[in-house]
Amino acid sequence: MAKSIKLRAKAKDDVATVKALISHPMETGLRKDKKTGKPIPAEFIQEVVFESAGKTVLNAQWGSAISKNPFISFRFSGAKAGDSIKVSWVDNKGNSDSLDQKIK
Amino acid sequence: MNQNRRVMLKGSLAAGVVGAAVGAGLLSPKAVLAAWSKEAFEAKEVDAAMKGSMGSADTTASDKIKLKAPDIAENGAVVPVTVTSEIEGTTHMSVLVAGNNTPLTSTYVLGPTTEAYISTRVKMGKTSDVIAVVKADGKLFSTKKEVKVTIGGCGG
Repeated sequence: MAKSIKLRAKAKDDVATVKALISHPMETGLRKDKKTGKPIPAEFIQEVVFESAGKTVLNAQWGSAISKNPFISFRFSGAKAGDSIKVSWVDNKGNSDSLDQKIK
Repeated sequence: MNQNRRVMLKGSLAAGVVGAAVGAGLLSPKAVLAAWSKEAFEAKEVDAAMKGSMGSADTTASDKIKLKAPDIAENGAVVPVTVTSEIEGTTHMSVLVAGNNTPLTSTYVLGPTTEAYISTRVKMGKTSDVIAVVKADGKLFSTKKEVKVTIGGCGG
């Protein structure tokens, strides 16, 4: 589907800045439905992996305390425009998504 | 299974090996997910969470870690946090919120070319310290900053 991810990667002077925005509810499991009073089941991203040119550049492990529609930004060196950048996530329910893109 | 997980978390060496394996494409992301530490993320205390994510709660305060977070967060559901480590050989970074039910928010395993810089957004239930823990050369360093929260982010 890859619709859940927005990715921007820019290379400048050998360093790539990667910014990713994922749309995900990130439910902690502690909130209650206001109408029914029943707890809303936990649903949060557990792992996000960024790969560039076949190498893992960042492995992020997340708990439920990451905000809804998570944003993450980081930098790595040795990158140039045109290199591939891939991001994939998996949540605690086993849902996943990934996106392949080129560094600009 | 649980035991494996523990062993894996114990040494930075082991973590390094896993990282290398991922880098070499030997493990699919799914296999890597086994490294997600339930114990660390469900730990109710800061020390236990640190131990689970970094292998030890014994950290040295360091001013070489820059933790950028607002002094006052109007909305605890979205608190931007940026961690930059100037310590050489930084391999792992964690962000903890001391006042949350489960303090550990996230752990980052950096690739060999990745800079020690992470920016993300976390939830905070109430006013408390945000702690950044960095692992470099197997040693742990930390820094913290108090963030005042006017509206909690956990619970409705």
